[in-house]
Amino acid sequence: MSVTAHANVDDHAHDDHHHHHKETFVTKYIFSQDHKMIAKQYLITGLIMGFIGIAMSLLFRMQLAWPGESFPIFEAVLGKWAPDGVMDADIYLALVTIHGTIMVFFVLTAGLSGTFSNLLIPLQIGARDMASGFLNMLSYWMFFMSSVIMVLSLFVEAGPAAAGWTIYPPLSALPMAQPGSGMGMTLWLVSMAIFIASSLLGSLNYIVTVINLRTKGMSMTRLPLTIWAFFVTAIIGVISFPVLLSAALLLIMDRSFGTSFFLSDIFIQGEVLHYQGGSPVLYEHLFWFLGHPEVYIVLLPALGITSEVMSTNARKPIFGYRAMVASIIAIAFLSTIVWGHHMFISGMNPFLGSVFTFTTLLIAIPSAVKAFNYITTLWKGNLQLNPAMLFSIGLVSTFITGGLTGIILGDSTLDINVHDTYFVVAHFHLVMGISALYGLFAGVYHWFPKMFEGKMMNKNLGYVHFWVTAVCAYGVFFPMHFVGMAGVPRRYYENTAFPMFDELTDVQILMTVFALIAGLAQLVFVYNFISSIFYGKKGPQNPWKSNTLEWTTPQKHMHGNWPGAIPEVHRWAYDYSKVDENGEYIIPGQDFVPQTVPLQKDEEELNH
Amino acid sequence: MIFIVLVLVGIAIWQMTKIFELTQLKTESAQIANDTDNKNNGYMLFAFLIFIYGITIFSFWKYAKFLLPEAASEHGADYDYLMLVSFVIIFFVQTVTQALLHYFGYKYRGEKGKKALFYADNDRLEFIWTIIPVIVLAGLILWGLYTWTNIMDVNDEDDPLIVELYAQQFNWTARYGGTDNVLGAANVRMIDIDRANVLGLDEADTYAADDVIVKELHLPVGRKVNFKMRSQDVLHSAYMPHFRAQMNCVPGMTTEFSFTPIKTTAEMRQDADVVDKVNRTNAIRAERAANGEDNSDPWEFDYILLCNKICGKSHYNMQMKIIVETQEEYDAWMASQQTFGQMMAGNEPEEAPADSVAVIDED
Repeated sequence: MSVTAHANVDDHAHDDHHHHHKETFVTKYIFSQDHKMIAKQYLITGLIMGFIGIAMSLLFRMQLAWPGESFPIFEAVLGKWAPDGVMDADIYLALVTIHGTIMVFFVLTAGLSGTFSNLLIPLQIGARDMASGFLNMLSYWMFFMSSVIMVLSLFVEAGPAAAGWTIYPPLSALPMAQPGSGMGMTLWLVSMAIFIASSLLGSLNYIVTVINLRTKGMSMTRLPLTIWAFFVTAIIGVISFPVLLSAALLLIMDRSFGTSFFLSDIFIQGEVLHYQGGSPVLYEHLFWFLGHPEVYIVLLPALGITSEVMSTNARKPIFGYRAMVASIIAIAFLSTIVWGHHMFISGMNPFLGSVFTFTTLLIAIPSAVKAFNYITTLWKGNLQLNPAMLFSIGLVSTFITGGLTGIILGDSTLDINVHDTYFVVAHFHLVMGISALYGLFAGVYHWFPKMFEGKMMNKNLGYVHFWVTAVCAYGVFFPMHFVGMAGVPRRYYENTAFPMFDELTDVQILMTVFALIAGLAQLVFVYNFISSIFYGKKGPQNPWKSNTLEWTTPQKHMHGNWPGAIPEVHRWAYDYSKVDENGEYIIPGQDFVPQTVPLQKDEEELNH
Repeated sequence: MIFIVLVLVGIAIWQMTKIFELTQLKTESAQIANDTDNKNNGYMLFAFLIFIYGITIFSFWKYAKFLLPEAASEHGADYDYLMLVSFVIIFFVQTVTQALLHYFGYKYRGEKGKKALFYADNDRLEFIWTIIPVIVLAGLILWGLYTWTNIMDVNDEDDPLIVELYAQQFNWTARYGGTDNVLGAANVRMIDIDRANVLGLDEADTYAADDVIVKELHLPVGRKVNFKMRSQDVLHSAYMPHFRAQMNCVPGMTTEFSFTPIKTTAEMRQDADVVDKVNRTNAIRAERAANGEDNSDPWEFDYILLCNKICGKSHYNMQMKIIVETQEEYDAWMASQQTFGQMMAGNEPEEAPADSVAVIDED
C-alpha cells in the first residue's frame, strides 16, 4: 500500500504537501515513487510556475499599452527595476525572456506532458506503475530543482537572463552586452541543463513503459490516442533535447572558458574580444533542432488529451483513429526536419531555406487531417459539454486559427517581412501557447477526479473560466496579427521611438485589457482547483462514462493501481454508441463499452 | 480607471457564476454536464462563432488601414501578391472550419436519450481532405520557392550599388563603396576609436580610401542595391518593412540582401494611404502636444531601417532614416560627403573632430 518512503524528511517547504489530507507520512508526498503522486507534483509545480509566467506577461503587457507610465504594482513587484513605478528597459526584456522560458519549458513541457504522461500512461495501458519508479521520482526532483534555480535567478543582483527565451549568443554570451547575461544567464543555463536531464529521464521512462508494460490485449492499435501522443512526444524529446544540452554546454564554455564556438570578431564597450572563428548561426541551428520539435512536444500531448476528451464527451469514436496515429507520427517525424524555418533570414544559405520551406509546409498536411478529424468527431455526436469538452473544442479552434498563419510564416518568402514581428507572436501564442494551455485545462478538468480520489471540480466555475478565457484569448491575439503586419517588431520595450507606430497604441491597450481580464479568469480556475481539492464532492467512479482503463481503478489511490489482477483488454478505447444490427447498444442501456468488456456474441471488432 | 474596469469584470464573473448556479437549482447537483448545461453551452458555442467572425470583421474595419503601405521595392509587388493569395486561402479555410466546428458543437449538443452515430472511419473522406491540402500547399510551396529564389539571388548584374549596413549596440551606420563602388576591407580588429575609424576599415586598402560612411541611408530610385550586412557585437536584424526586406547582421560573417527601390520618399509621401496615415498620426500628436506630452512634434513620412533582433537595452530605439531620391539628388548628396580617406587625413594631426561619425543619430 505505502510507497517506499525515505527516512530523511525534506525540510525546506515543498509546494504541494500542504494540500493533502491528514496522512502523517509527509515523505509519502515528497519522495514518492508512485506515478499518480508524481503526476500531481508535476501539475502543482507546473501551475505555480504558470502563475509566475502569466503574471510576468501581464506586467509587460501593461508597459506595452501604457509605455513609460508609472504603476505602483511595478514598484511593488519589480522593486529597484521600476524606479518610481516606471518599468526599466532591461527588466522588460528579462520579463519577456523568463515568461517565454517558463511557459514553454516549465508549464507546457513539464506541467502538461509531465503531469499527464505520468498519470495516464500506467493507468491507461494497464500497468501497476512506471517501468522505473525511482527514475521517475528523480525526474520530478530534477525538474523541481531546475524550477527553483530558475526562480532564484530572478533575484540576482544584475537581473535574470534577458536575451529572449532563445538566448541567442553573442547577446547571451557577453555580460557586457546586457546585465542579464551575467549571473542571471549562468543560472538560466544551469537550470535548463538540469531540466533537460529531468526531461530525458522522464521520456525514457515513458517510452519503456509504453513498450513493455501494456496489459494483456492492449496492442499498440488499441492504445488510447493520449498514450500514442505521450509516447511519440517522449521519442522526439529523447531525440532533440540532448542537442539543446550540447548548445547549452558549448555556450557555457564560451561564457566561462573563453572558447569560440559561437563567437567571432566582436568589438564591444571599446575593446576587441579575443573570440575568433565561431558562429552564432551554429547556435541557432542547435537551438532550433530542439526548439522546433519542442513546439510539438508541447502540442502533441494537448492534442492527445483532446482526442480522448472529445471522443468521450461526444459519445462517439474518434474519427479516423489510424489517420490520427499516422498524423501524430508524421508530425513528429517532420518536426525534426523543419527547424530552419526559424532561420530563413539568419544569414543561412537561401537554398537551405528552400528545403526548410518545403518540409515546413508539408507539416500542414497531417495537421489539417487532425483538425478535420476532430470536426468530424463532433458531427452527429451527443455532445456532453463539460468544461473539459469546451476546452477541447476551444483547442481545435485556436489550433486552426494559429495554424493557418503558419502557412505565411513557413513560406520563406513571406517570412521576410513578418519575421520577428508581432505576427509571429500572435501565431505561436495561438497555435502552441493557447492551444496547449487549453489541452492542459481540458486534462485537469477531465482527470481531476482521477487525481484527487473521485473529487470533482465545480463545473460552473469551469464554464466561467472557459468562456472568459476563450473570448480574451482571441481578444489578445487576433488583433495582434495586425500589429505585426504593420511592421512592429517583437521585444520592443516601447514603440514610441517610431511615429509610424503611434496609431497602434489603441490596439495595444485593447490587447492588454483582454490580457488582464484573462489573467483574472485564471484566478477563478485557481480557486476552483484548490477548493475542489479540499471541499470537492465525490462523483461516481467513472464520471464521464469513459471506456479507458483508468476509470476501472478504485477512487482511493493505492500503489499498484488495481486491487486485484490487472484488467485484460478486449477492444479499442473508442466503442462509444456502438450498436448491433438492430440498432441497440452493445450493452443494453449503456452507450459505452469499456475496454475490459469482451467482444459480445456476433459483435464485430470495428475499430479501424 | 483600469482598476475600476478590473473590479467590474470581477463582479461580472461573480454574477455569471451566480446565473449559472441559479440555472442549475432544479437539476442534480453533480458536477457533470446535464441537458441544461449542454443547451446553454451549445448556444454559447454558436455565439462564440459569431464572436470570432465579429472580431475578424472588427479588426479589418478598424485596423486594416494600419498595415504597411504598398511595397516600395521591385520584388515587393510579388511579395504582396503572394501574401494576398495566401491570406485569401487562409480566410476561406478559417471561415469554413470554424463554422463547422462551432456549428456542430451547437447542433449536436447532448440530450438525454439521444443516440450518437458510431462513425469511426471513412477512407474516401479522409483521402479528400488529405489531397486538397496537398494540392493547395504544393502550389503555394512552388510559388513561394520561385519568388524566394529570385529575391535571395544577390548578384552583380545591372550594376548594383554596393552598400554596407553596419550594426552595433544601438545604432546603424552605412558605408558606400565610393566612386569605384567597391567596399574596402574591414575587420573589427582594425577599429580605432581615437582616430574615428569606427568601422575598422583597412587604411592600407586602396579600395577603402573613397568609401563614404554615413548615418543616414540615401538610395537612388530605380537602381538595384546590394546590401552587405555586418555587426560588431551581437546579432541585429536590418528590417526595412516598406521594402519587404530583412536580413540578420551576424558578428563574424557578412550577410547579404538586395532590392531595387522604386518609389522616392517624396513620391511615397504623396501616396494616398501614407497621406491618411500621416494625418491620423499627426492628429494623435497634436492631441499630445495639447496635453503637454512627449513625442508630440508633427511627423513627416520617412522610410526607416529598424533593428528586429533583440540586441539589448535600447533595441527598441535602434533605427536609421532611409531616403530614396532621384539620381541627381543622390549624386548631389554623395558629392557633399567626406570620403574615408579625407576623414582619416583630417584626423591625422589631432584627435577626432567633433563632427565624427560616432555621433548617434537619434532621429
